[in-house]
Amino acid sequence: MPDKPKVGFYWCASCGGCEEAIVDLAEDILGVLDAVDIVFWPCAMDFKKSDVVALPDGSIAATFLNGAIRSSEQEEMARLIRRKSRRLFAFGSCAHLGGIPSLANLFSREQLLRYIYEDAPTLVNERKNRPQLEYEDEGHTLSLPELRHVVRSLDQVVAVDYYLPGCPPTPKLAKAALTALLEGQLPPPGAVLAPDVALCNECPRKETKPTTLAFTEFVRPQQKLLDPKLCFLAQGLVCFGPATRSGCEAVCPQGGMPCSGCFGPTSRVKDQGAKMLSSLCSNISSKEVSEINRALAGIPDSVGTLYRYGLAKCLLRRKVNLPGTGKD
Amino acid sequence: MKDEPEIRIGFYVCHCGTNIAAMIDCQAVARYAAQLPFVAVSRDYKYMCSDPGQELIQRDIKEHALNRIVVASCSPLLHEHTFRNATEKGGLNPYFFHMVNLREHNSWVHSDGSKATAKAFAQIRAAIARVPHHKALEVLQVPIHPDVLVVGGGIAGIHAALTLANAGKKVYLVEREPTIGGHMAKFDKTFPTLDCAACILTPKMSQVKSHPKITLWSFSEVVKLDGYVGNYQITVKHKPRYVNEDLCVGCLECIPACVFKTPKFPDEFNQNLGKRKPVYIPFPQATPQVVLIDPEVCLNLKTGKCKQTCVEACGDRQAIDFDQRETFDDIKVGNVIVATGFKTFDAHRIPQYGYGAFPNVFTSLEVERMINTSGPTSGAIVGRDGKHPDTVGFILCVGSRDEKTNKWCSRTCCMHSMKLAQLIKEHCPRTEVYIFYMDIRAPGKGAEEFYDKSLRMGIRFIRGRVAEVTDWAVTPEEEGRLVVRCEDTMAGFVRRIPFDMIVLAIGKEPQADAQDVRRLFNMSCGTEGFFLERHPKLAPVSTFTDGIFIAGACQGPKDIPDTVAQAGAAAAEAMVLIDQGHIEIEPNTAHISEVDCSGCKSCLPLCPYTAIAFIETTKKASINAALCKGCGTCVAACPSGSITQNLFEDDEIFSEIAGVLAYE
Repeated sequence: MPDKPKVGFYWCASCGGCEEAIVDLAEDILGVLDAVDIVFWPCAMDFKKSDVVALPDGSIAATFLNGAIRSSEQEEMARLIRRKSRRLFAFGSCAHLGGIPSLANLFSREQLLRYIYEDAPTLVNERKNRPQLEYEDEGHTLSLPELRHVVRSLDQVVAVDYYLPGCPPTPKLAKAALTALLEGQLPPPGAVLAPDVALCNECPRKETKPTTLAFTEFVRPQQKLLDPKLCFLAQGLVCFGPATRSGCEAVCPQGGMPCSGCFGPTSRVKDQGAKMLSSLCSNISSKEVSEINRALAGIPDSVGTLYRYGLAKCLLRRKVNLPGTGKD
Repeated sequence: MKDEPEIRIGFYVCHCGTNIAAMIDCQAVARYAAQLPFVAVSRDYKYMCSDPGQELIQRDIKEHALNRIVVASCSPLLHEHTFRNATEKGGLNPYFFHMVNLREHNSWVHSDGSKATAKAFAQIRAAIARVPHHKALEVLQVPIHPDVLVVGGGIAGIHAALTLANAGKKVYLVEREPTIGGHMAKFDKTFPTLDCAACILTPKMSQVKSHPKITLWSFSEVVKLDGYVGNYQITVKHKPRYVNEDLCVGCLECIPACVFKTPKFPDEFNQNLGKRKPVYIPFPQATPQVVLIDPEVCLNLKTGKCKQTCVEACGDRQAIDFDQRETFDDIKVGNVIVATGFKTFDAHRIPQYGYGAFPNVFTSLEVERMINTSGPTSGAIVGRDGKHPDTVGFILCVGSRDEKTNKWCSRTCCMHSMKLAQLIKEHCPRTEVYIFYMDIRAPGKGAEEFYDKSLRMGIRFIRGRVAEVTDWAVTPEEEGRLVVRCEDTMAGFVRRIPFDMIVLAIGKEPQADAQDVRRLFNMSCGTEGFFLERHPKLAPVSTFTDGIFIAGACQGPKDIPDTVAQAGAAAAEAMVLIDQGHIEIEPNTAHISEVDCSGCKSCLPLCPYTAIAFIETTKKASINAALCKGCGTCVAACPSGSITQNLFEDDEIFSEIAGVLAYE
């Protein structure tokens, strides 16, 4: 039997949903398993790092890596996998844009550790123990990976060939990417494997969008009885559709929730959150400062809303509170 | 950029005489630029805008095979066009040129030469990083509709309309009052020559009415303006005057026939000093010579119960039409001249001067009407108590040069007050006239001589801002009179001077609806609210919207000669466009990529020029380049980055920023 292409799956800082997305291929996954030789998938099968180290460089046809990079171990694994793989796919929002983990960039490492191990209200840790990078026990040295100061997207650590956007990527996109890989139909490297038009283009609610939005307030889904057919923006909800790449077939708007932007911006936009903010603010009806402030108060967590998936890729990157800046 | 030849930039820094060179080391700037990427030629020169300077660029383009030009000199507002031309003459697309403002943005505003030079390095680094991204652009040509709309029928609008019409251009003159003439029609004499205002104005008014090239729409307002330079679509509302303008012959027989036997209602034209009937004509020479009916007081219009004696008097002419409604006209013009004038300061706003509280405190405009022989008192100066005053005090700068009300000088109140003072002296030589002033501002032809004449006529001038006008008498002589309390800054003590009549020289303000008019015609206003000219010296009647011009006091307080000069200038500017037949539109416009647009409509309501339309067939947005002014609002707001603006593409802006930041 001729060698089947070797494929790997790996996760870094992520929730595990992207792994589920692979499993969500359902019966199609059997075809994938027939067509490829899975050489690394620690989430699903028993693989060790040594298995990958043992492979010759460039011997893996493609690795799908999900999750952001925030620890020394993840960084090391990303570098190892890059070396072993001919193609590296950033799979899902975290690998693509930093994802939800990159919201940690609003805080310094010290602030994060202090909260998690000392201040969190649900914590029982009277001695305020924190994980140590090294620990001696009965003559053995145990070690833990180091948490980095910044959470990064995959391409901020190693070169990435393709991006599969989404939180998680839809099975349809994942399947299309695998098929393209197996059939040698991939576009030139660097591409995001989803249409480069914003989501409104394929949203069934587009027809109901008024010409003039003229926002007077912003509400969140739980605060209002929503019209199931009407454009969310027309109902005063922050819907990221206009600022987000399409390709998910508007699953969230079809399911009654506004788009939160997980597919990231189109190729033409450098900063998704800034673009959305610019668009929302330009369309606020009032010109009075107090009225504008009142309307904007309807978006209580502006960074979490505007950069839910992309703070690592935001032009401003992070809050300036790195050690040494005096703002820790 | 991939398919283009290697980038070769020519860089030029201008000394601007000493304007730039005195603060910035221009030779160091040229040396610094020489070692930046892609710079093939780097020079400094005394005056880049001079012919030799421009020829330098043209020669270098040929000799050094340059394909990008950067000139670091003054503001693009002044010389961008010059250097684009030079670039084009050198054989390049003019938009391969970029300008750095080392003068207004640097040498003029800094005082430390070495820091200014360092800033210049950063500025040129930005330009040199940007200009390789420039693309060849084409200028769009738009035809100019030859008709002109003039808004406002004061002396400015009248003069502009006649100038254009005499040159053979079709003019629509729209005036919101029932008659044209504006403030000038209310004046008796004009300073400093003291010629009769009506004698010089009314012939022009009747010329307007009879001119075959002018359509006069009085009692009408512009309610809508769409389109762009050369192609404006305008909607004009005609307010009902309840008299058919085509049938009324101006015989005025209806007025004596009105059921109100005597005039009973305040006469606005006479500053409410006189009375008029419900059916009236503002003044004898009103143009058009058509009566109107005030629906607020007309018995028939208010109650439906009236003998309609006016209709009877009108007889077969059947001009009176109680069922008249608002009507609208849609017109197309290529240019608009806005000459909407000013309003006078409301003297109630300075209560210490007693206007409204003391009957014998008047405004200068009220006295102007009084002194006019066709005015409410037939030319007699009479107090509201019916007495002729023996002493009259003028207070200048009422609502002018005042931190609490209006900071600006209204420019004509000194001369206007001296004129009224002289006229009072002429009518009644024994009257004592005082003028309380801060500074007498009498510039202009014949004005200082007019001031001299006032002094020679025995008008007394007291320098000092008046504290108050009071009826609280402290001496028997002051009893029953109005006392002006004022520090006489020449004599150096506080004075109390009693008068029989006080005249407040009220200042000029923007019209109450100036902001609405500004929005309607896409203009800007200065902080004080007068319409903003494109350049205070070099484009005084142009606005930031092409094809919209301003003339007269709507642009700022001014006297009649200046107003007329501006009106002529505005007419000439409009004629430039009309006679060119077309206008070239700067290609710094935005455009939407149809493939990329998701049709989210976010941009549609944002365009201040209504240049963006949603195309129903494609479900995408599209920009009309002729309407686009390149403001960039939609570009910034497009959430999917599908709108790009020529000369302001992301690559250009980001590389410019990177260039500034790269300089340490």
